[in-house]
Amino acid sequence: MSGIQARFRLDWPGFSLDVELDLPARGVSALFGHSGSGKTTLLRCIAGLERAPQGRLTVNGEVWQDQGHWLPTHQRPLGYVFQEASLFPHLTVIGNLRYGLRRTSGAQRVSLDQAITLLGIGHLLERKPDRLSGGERQRVSMARALALSPRLLLMDEPLAALDVRRKQEILPYLERLHGELDIPVLYVSHAPDEVARLADHIVVMEAGRAVASGPLSDTLARLDLPIQLGEDAGVVLDAVVAERDGHWHLTRVEFPGGSLWVRDGGHALGQPVRVRILARDVSIALVPPSGTSIQNCLLATVEQMTGDHHPALSLLRLKAGPSPLLARLTQRSAARLALAPGKAVWVQIKAVALIG
Amino acid sequence: MLLNDGDLQAIWLTVRLAGIVTLILLLLGTPMAWWLARSKAWWKGPIGAVVALPLVLPPSVLGFYLLLAMGPNGPVGQLTQAAGIGLLPFTFWGLVVGSVFYSLPFMVQPLQTAFEAMGERPLEVAATLRASPLDAFFTVAVPLALPGFLTASILTFAHTVGEFGVVLMIGGNLPGVTRVASVQIYDHVEAMEYLDAHRLSAVMLIFSFLVLLAMYAWRPKPKQGA
Repeated sequence: MSGIQARFRLDWPGFSLDVELDLPARGVSALFGHSGSGKTTLLRCIAGLERAPQGRLTVNGEVWQDQGHWLPTHQRPLGYVFQEASLFPHLTVIGNLRYGLRRTSGAQRVSLDQAITLLGIGHLLERKPDRLSGGERQRVSMARALALSPRLLLMDEPLAALDVRRKQEILPYLERLHGELDIPVLYVSHAPDEVARLADHIVVMEAGRAVASGPLSDTLARLDLPIQLGEDAGVVLDAVVAERDGHWHLTRVEFPGGSLWVRDGGHALGQPVRVRILARDVSIALVPPSGTSIQNCLLATVEQMTGDHHPALSLLRLKAGPSPLLARLTQRSAARLALAPGKAVWVQIKAVALIG
Repeated sequence: MLLNDGDLQAIWLTVRLAGIVTLILLLLGTPMAWWLARSKAWWKGPIGAVVALPLVLPPSVLGFYLLLAMGPNGPVGQLTQAAGIGLLPFTFWGLVVGSVFYSLPFMVQPLQTAFEAMGERPLEVAATLRASPLDAFFTVAVPLALPGFLTASILTFAHTVGEFGVVLMIGGNLPGVTRVASVQIYDHVEAMEYLDAHRLSAVMLIFSFLVLLAMYAWRPKPKQGA
């Protein structure tokens, strides 16, 4: 059995954790929620840093915890990146990197050199941690975890302690990990932009419970759950750069179900990117729109409709090919257009954000 | 020669005693401090108080109880007799045992503080890097607590050198066996040899000052948890 099956129950004064999860064996799974929702506790249970008495944990068919069986942290083939880099201050960067490596046996799927290159820390190896910037420290701590060739990489808000600039400095490295290494990652975050950029799978945590778990785009497009990444409901789609229009500084990205023109972000042709489309930027027409400033029009089918946070509004889920979209309309518009599930419509997309 | 043979003998005995006591306490005090720093057991409080007792107890009280315990009818005395060692009072090793109790808090408390200041995190990190708890203790906790080890060792050594009351109670005043520097000074004063008392006291004063100077001047700066 592949993937991660986790079942944990914890009762602490003022907090309880009760989750049952089945996570994919590849890609980045984000544990998303407010602080205090239990996402870090869940991660610590998986690492064995917290011991949930009634727990069960299987990683790719290997039992890490079960009734009467408990693998201590140092025997679990995982990597863990803490919120604060937590480098050993008495060792140099290379000493920190080698600390775990020396204690690892078995196949090296990530070499030390590869980890160093991937995180761009080759010039820092002889330094002591107190001579590094916050961003550099966190990159070293990621390389340290990667050099173990972990079978599961756990990251606990690795960017939360950094300012915006440092964050922007590290995000590309995280995307490279995602792209180049075949290691499943559990990524704890409360930052919508990180999740939108990195996650393939999302688990939404609330008060110690997992209220939703599924592929990112499908889960964000669920109408029964108020999951918002950031200021508004919307979807995130995987796309590929297909065409560049140098004259107008635009790029066309293709996703299953259509293509969109976005502002040129300097991406190469064929490069995978993500686009985020907010519900409030999507409008609906029954005929192919003409004479409009909006360039991005797609043919889609209405799937589901529901009320929104205000009685005047409704939220629609549509499908353009296999890709889900969300649209916010007034109830009156929806009634005038006689929108109903199954109806084919044109969606006009006013704004598309290219992320990553 | 500034110091006479009796003084030199007393100083050598003092240094030997303090060195041995410091070594023994490094071995005994480290696990105690580790446990006190990390345990959540309710009896951690009482144990901590017992360890700190020699700080406030008059040395003569401590010496009195130790004398009873190590005497022919005391539990320790019966044990040592049964083991064929004989009785400990008025021997060098009796002095060592007494000093270990007397200097215990000076080893345990700085170490406990150092271990507490370190927190759980470095050990958790070590565990995620495949280090067993014992491995993590020696490769992470000990290096991080090194300033604490230094402080604790210096304090223990210096405090043992300055011991007087316990020595008189359980060691007596046997030249070359239990007559340490502090007792030697007492003897000089009793015998009205004020010049000798002056010389030896000056040596002790300078030694104590240098030890403290070294501790304050060389103390490594606390490292930021990076």
